[in-house]
Amino acid sequence: MSQFLQFLFSGVTVGATYALAALGFTLIYNASNVINFAQGEFIMLGGMLTVYFVNAGLPLPLAVALAIALPAVVGMLVEKLAIEPAKRSSQGAEVVSLIIITIGASLVIRGVVQVWLGKGTHAFPAFSGSEPIAIGGATLLPQSLWVLGGTALIVVALWLFFSRSLAGKAILATSYNPLAAQLVGIDTQWVLLVSFALSAALGAFGGILLTPITMTSYDVGIMLGLKGFVAAVVGGLGSGLGAVAGGLLVGIVEAMAAGYISSAYKDAVPFLLIFVILFFLPRGLFGAKITERV
Amino acid sequence: MKRQRGLFVLAAVLLLLPLALPNAFYYDIVIRMMINAVVVLGLNLLMGFAGQISLGHAGFFGIGAYAAAILPTRYGWHPLAAMLGGALLTAALAALVARPIFRLRGHYLAMATLGLGIIIAIVLKNEGAYTGGPDGMAVPALGLFGFALDGEKQWYWVFAANLLFSVWACRNLVDSPFGRALRALHGSEIAAQVVGVDVARYKAAIFVFSAFFASIMGSLSADYVGFVTPNVADFFHSIELVTMVVVGGMASIFGSVVGAVLLTALPQALATLEGWETVTFGAILMLFMIFLPRGLVPTLAARCWRSR
Amino acid sequence: MALLEVSALSKAFGGVMAVQDVAFSVDAGVVYSVIGPNGAGKTTLFNLITGVYTPSGGDIRLDGEAIAGVAPHRLAQKGVARTFQNLQVCMNLTALENVMLGAHLALDRNLLKGLFRAPGLTRADAALRDRAAELMRYVGLDAYRASAASAMPYGALKRLEIARALAVQPRILFLDEPAAGLNPKETTEIDALVRKIADSGITVVLVEHDMKMVMNISDRILVLDYGKKLAEGSAREVRRNPAVIAAYLGKAA
Repeated sequence: MSQFLQFLFSGVTVGATYALAALGFTLIYNASNVINFAQGEFIMLGGMLTVYFVNAGLPLPLAVALAIALPAVVGMLVEKLAIEPAKRSSQGAEVVSLIIITIGASLVIRGVVQVWLGKGTHAFPAFSGSEPIAIGGATLLPQSLWVLGGTALIVVALWLFFSRSLAGKAILATSYNPLAAQLVGIDTQWVLLVSFALSAALGAFGGILLTPITMTSYDVGIMLGLKGFVAAVVGGLGSGLGAVAGGLLVGIVEAMAAGYISSAYKDAVPFLLIFVILFFLPRGLFGAKITERV
Repeated sequence: MKRQRGLFVLAAVLLLLPLALPNAFYYDIVIRMMINAVVVLGLNLLMGFAGQISLGHAGFFGIGAYAAAILPTRYGWHPLAAMLGGALLTAALAALVARPIFRLRGHYLAMATLGLGIIIAIVLKNEGAYTGGPDGMAVPALGLFGFALDGEKQWYWVFAANLLFSVWACRNLVDSPFGRALRALHGSEIAAQVVGVDVARYKAAIFVFSAFFASIMGSLSADYVGFVTPNVADFFHSIELVTMVVVGGMASIFGSVVGAVLLTALPQALATLEGWETVTFGAILMLFMIFLPRGLVPTLAARCWRSR
Repeated sequence: MALLEVSALSKAFGGVMAVQDVAFSVDAGVVYSVIGPNGAGKTTLFNLITGVYTPSGGDIRLDGEAIAGVAPHRLAQKGVARTFQNLQVCMNLTALENVMLGAHLALDRNLLKGLFRAPGLTRADAALRDRAAELMRYVGLDAYRASAASAMPYGALKRLEIARALAVQPRILFLDEPAAGLNPKETTEIDALVRKIADSGITVVLVEHDMKMVMNISDRILVLDYGKKLAEGSAREVRRNPAVIAAYLGKAA
């Protein structure tokens, strides 16, 4: 039992990060129908930049703030310099073209970090010590509480943003019907930009919280991003609640598989999960049934 | 024979090229170009003609490569049987995942193939007892009709013939009723459906075929190199292949060849810029998709056409 | 027995009933038109019958066989062909290839034979090329025989869709606004073409806004309004139907 609890703790912790990545995917997908393959790189950027700024002698809160702000800027650059021009050109609207562009962006981000900060694995100290807390025979790192608390905070903040603020409602409106949104005066260009900034910041935030536990390096982005996408699909692409549930589920399943079956194959588990889901629940857990109009 | 003019030009180039190759090093580069060209041809059928995507083609290539290594070494298969066995295994795997995926939209395929490629790479790294783990393993020499293929010069002709045949076959396929339906579902899926094209089945068929192609080339390539490591199934290798398709030109047969040639040469040129490879490939992908979405060969062809 | 029989057909999108309890039947060899104000559910009705949408309820029978919910590519096998209101031409193909695509089911689609350029397959394809050219002439596109689809003007593309649909060798042909966006001269030509197709023995079901054309060529007309059947009958009957007049001219009329 205590072993199960232990796996559950680590699953929920890493799952919370997947949830943040999945929310990032969902945001951009809803705003533009683009799957941003660079999402994972923002997670990596969050961790790596914090490491860099802390090593440069900055206090942790400032380092964290910068490590969230910079990826947000990078996200906007990707949208402004790559997505927008591609969408404007006639052939660029194809799903495959947009996928390739975001893959290109992810390679550039990863490559620059590799050249700039090297191939090493890094971490910075946990926010509030690393004395494990014993619960029911299992132990929980204080940093895990930071991850869970931070994620919960973000989910509540996002919910408030989308249900209360005008900007949030504009984004929602655009995701339902871009043309109609444009007609009532919403700047859909701006919505897209904000979505990229927001989802980059979300990813970076998750990366920062997780780094003291799992460490980081220039190449962690692919895996984390992919798992975030798996989480988004498991939850039903486009659903915010689904993204969070999907993230936790992927994290827990992965941790259980690593614990009870084989840790060598833990990275394969989310993908097996996605095949199972696509086989039996092609719309995910919370996805709406859509009829495409012709 | 206007239709076959390009093919004759390619044949002439392949025939004369050895005269210009000073040593084994250059032979090796050209052979790698030809291997990539054939894999890219198969991938282009899927991406350019059918409008789908695979981010896991290196995984299929990897299965082929390891089949060529494992089956003869551990089970005593003939290398050719191993090649076929690997390709059939790859095709079966591709068919298995194609079924649920092709009922859905493009991003699912991208992610699923990416995931599949990564799973394959993980398996190759972890099953050390069979694959030699991260260190890789040796591949026994490929014997044909009683004499063993040996040295770059002999292999050159094998791969040259292979490339020529592949170009010929792919052009046939694209022009055939199957290929027409494939291109049509890229142009308008609904239009293809209402004239009787079973769209999901065609997408799955070309995906399986393209994976089969990649696996065969993986085996041949392993036989040639004589050694395999898990790097062949690497994610970055998949990206290289996609980049070759994009640069040469989607839906362009000769574009596939041009893309493979250019981007196989590129890392040689970048050798002095350690670490910038990833950035370069990423930048090339983005720039081409934004500014030259049709790729080099179709764009140049259109330009020549206009100036005439 | 009627060639096409539709009964109690319904389609809901979310809570909206786009088509509600619609019933009608089309006899073989006629030109049957579906008219109604914008948003009346005409295209949805077409999409239901041709398998693009799955009905929420009701029954569709082609020659007695139930076809509701059957996938579009299977309906083509049964002799159903259609065109689209918003053009669905494969712009990456030539005009001729678009027409040849229509005969997809009549050909050997084997991948391996295609790969190796099997002689039988090449011969059949060459024969089809001639037949497709013939069809292009039939719909008045002789001038575009060597064109890429992407280089053709709008009016020609509308005809190209008709040629492609004819290449299916349909028993029943659904034309969704074939004259939309055309000038009066082109409309008259489409009018004649539809008549010609019907005379050749193919049953034509038509959605069209051009009332002159509809009244001219239709044997029977179905009037839809808000997804429901408002009236059905010959041109003369429909024209005099008070409910139809009210729907078109407003209740005050």
